[in-house]
Amino acid sequence: MDKVIFLFLRRMRAPLLVLIAAYTIAVLGLVLIPGVDDEGQPWHMGFFHAFYVVSYTATTIGFGEVPHAFTDAQRMWTIVSIYLSVIAWLYAIGKILTLLQEPAFKRAVVEQGFARSIRRLHEPFYIVCGYGDTGSLLVRALARRDIRAVVIDRNPERIDDLELEDMDMYVPGLCADASVSAYLTLAGLLNRHCRGVVALTDDDEANLKIAITSKLLRRELPVICRAETRDVQNNMASFGTDHIINPFDTFGDRLGLALHSPGTHLLYEWLTSVPNMPLSEPLYPPHGKWVLCGYGRFGKAVHESLAGEGVETVIIEADPQRTGCADRCVIGRGTEAITLQAAGIEDAVGIVAGTDNDANNLSIVMTAAELNPKLFMVARQNRHDNDAIFKAARLNLVMHRSEIIAEDILAQLTTPLLPLFLQQARGQSNDWANEVISRISAVTGDVVPEVWTLTLDAREAPALLHTLVTQDVRLGEVMRDPREREQLLPCIPLLLQRGSDVRLMPAEDVVLRSGDRLLFCGRNGVADHMGRVMYNGNVLRYVLSGEERPDGWVWRALKARD
Amino acid sequence: MNLEKVVFGFFIILALTLNFGFFIGEFDNPAHHNVYELFAVIVVNLIATVLKFGDRTQMGALLLAASLVADLQLLAAAVVWAYAQHVSGTGLDSMVMGSIVSLAGGAMLANIVSVVLLIIETVNLRR
Repeated sequence: MDKVIFLFLRRMRAPLLVLIAAYTIAVLGLVLIPGVDDEGQPWHMGFFHAFYVVSYTATTIGFGEVPHAFTDAQRMWTIVSIYLSVIAWLYAIGKILTLLQEPAFKRAVVEQGFARSIRRLHEPFYIVCGYGDTGSLLVRALARRDIRAVVIDRNPERIDDLELEDMDMYVPGLCADASVSAYLTLAGLLNRHCRGVVALTDDDEANLKIAITSKLLRRELPVICRAETRDVQNNMASFGTDHIINPFDTFGDRLGLALHSPGTHLLYEWLTSVPNMPLSEPLYPPHGKWVLCGYGRFGKAVHESLAGEGVETVIIEADPQRTGCADRCVIGRGTEAITLQAAGIEDAVGIVAGTDNDANNLSIVMTAAELNPKLFMVARQNRHDNDAIFKAARLNLVMHRSEIIAEDILAQLTTPLLPLFLQQARGQSNDWANEVISRISAVTGDVVPEVWTLTLDAREAPALLHTLVTQDVRLGEVMRDPREREQLLPCIPLLLQRGSDVRLMPAEDVVLRSGDRLLFCGRNGVADHMGRVMYNGNVLRYVLSGEERPDGWVWRALKARD
Repeated sequence: MNLEKVVFGFFIILALTLNFGFFIGEFDNPAHHNVYELFAVIVVNLIATVLKFGDRTQMGALLLAASLVADLQLLAAAVVWAYAQHVSGTGLDSMVMGSIVSLAGGAMLANIVSVVLLIIETVNLRR
């Protein structure tokens, strides 16, 4: 606020002084020069009339000579004052216009507007640094879940994109370097509604700086970071960054998961997708020889996880020296039939096109499909705006890096227990995952289920806590419809966390305790019903016992008398 | 010595001295209060105000506030003068003159505050 006004005042000092001086000279001259009134008597113009005349002359309005016709001496002075004052005005207006155009001033105005919109946020929000592919996906997904975000990005074009984007809610964006702590503070790091910081810039150093800044200024705030090298990853972990995402590892890991336990992979997909979208189909990648095109950071991660599954892979790489696979790969890009044949595409069962060029990836899978139509085709999608062509290519599996990371972060932010559940699920067998999937689809039909966390504390479940003091309540008893208790709510408890004890798929006869944290998935809107059961004592009593008691002081008093 | 400081101090003190010059004299006697002097006070005060623009210190803010008060009082005095002489037709009687001079007196107080602040700031500099 202050900055803009002070900048304006300071810059306007000279023009205002010039204006005052010009007016003073012009007015003083008119007052001092003797004139003649209508009767020919000598007359001196007063300050009032002089100021009047100068005011309309200076602004080029010009009413004429008042109150009496001027003498020649007065006219001479008027000529001087016209040029003097009009030029002074032009100078002042010119200065104002230049000031408004000045980058420093514009920037001050933008920052001020941004800071004001942050101050006006009276609900929880997350700071997202970096509005690239991943950042924009994340912000959009957050907005769809009614969670506010504030964006900082160094690239002005991306901030323009944000402003043009048709979002469900207003997302303030600032074009600034997020690794500068002043801008992070401006974006609301110290605001009490700030719930977390997500650093997604494509610069590891910047992400590191953002994480340090956030952790130093707000110890308790969760920080999620993207890091591309192990080095930075370890560095971030050393000062307590809550979650670090290495896009390549995450990505290779997910592909490995899809290959060795498709059920678990599907579970991941279902639980982390945006609710109410159609469910994705289960995949059954074949076992046998795989061809892997591109041995960059992504390719290495994929290779590692495939090797971990004991799958035989043949690598195709255009620059084996640089990527360090000179002794065991086919040299080439993979876009030509010869290279693919050299890699033995005819007897392979699958192909992974994992270069960092979307056009090449599509070309690879299409060439490969001509050589061997039965291939299981996996391609890496680098850019979000290539969605349409990747869809048209009808691949078995598209690994969209930004999407995977965005979903991962979204799960971290919105349902803190979900990552724990998924991690535990990794330890289970594929059959276990398949069973969970069939249970989920039985409850939610063919749309993505909603996933929510319930903490049995005074804020989320006051009514239940009250009841737990006097009687035992089992999990199955509260999962009932508050409108008709015979009906079970269409939801499934996925996880129960009690202190350090974690239980996957808790049974319905588990006795609830204060402080328990539960993860549910279920049909859209069920979370609200359950919230009512937990919150409202009367609803809870009805759900537990079927008893509908009159409420209100008078009714309770009457009831007590009976 | 800093030329900017000289100019700044000059205008602030000149505003006070001119203001005092206008104020002094028999309170309601128009012959003792010169219209040119009032004009000069207003102009010098406006210049002093503009000179104070853009200073972000607490002292600067107080100086600016004092100047704005003086401007307001002096402009009110000028408006009263013009109204009495050209609009109401009563001319400069002792009542009108009284209110003009008392407005200018109020402005003088504000100008005194300005000068005192200026002196305090200078004393605090110790160099």
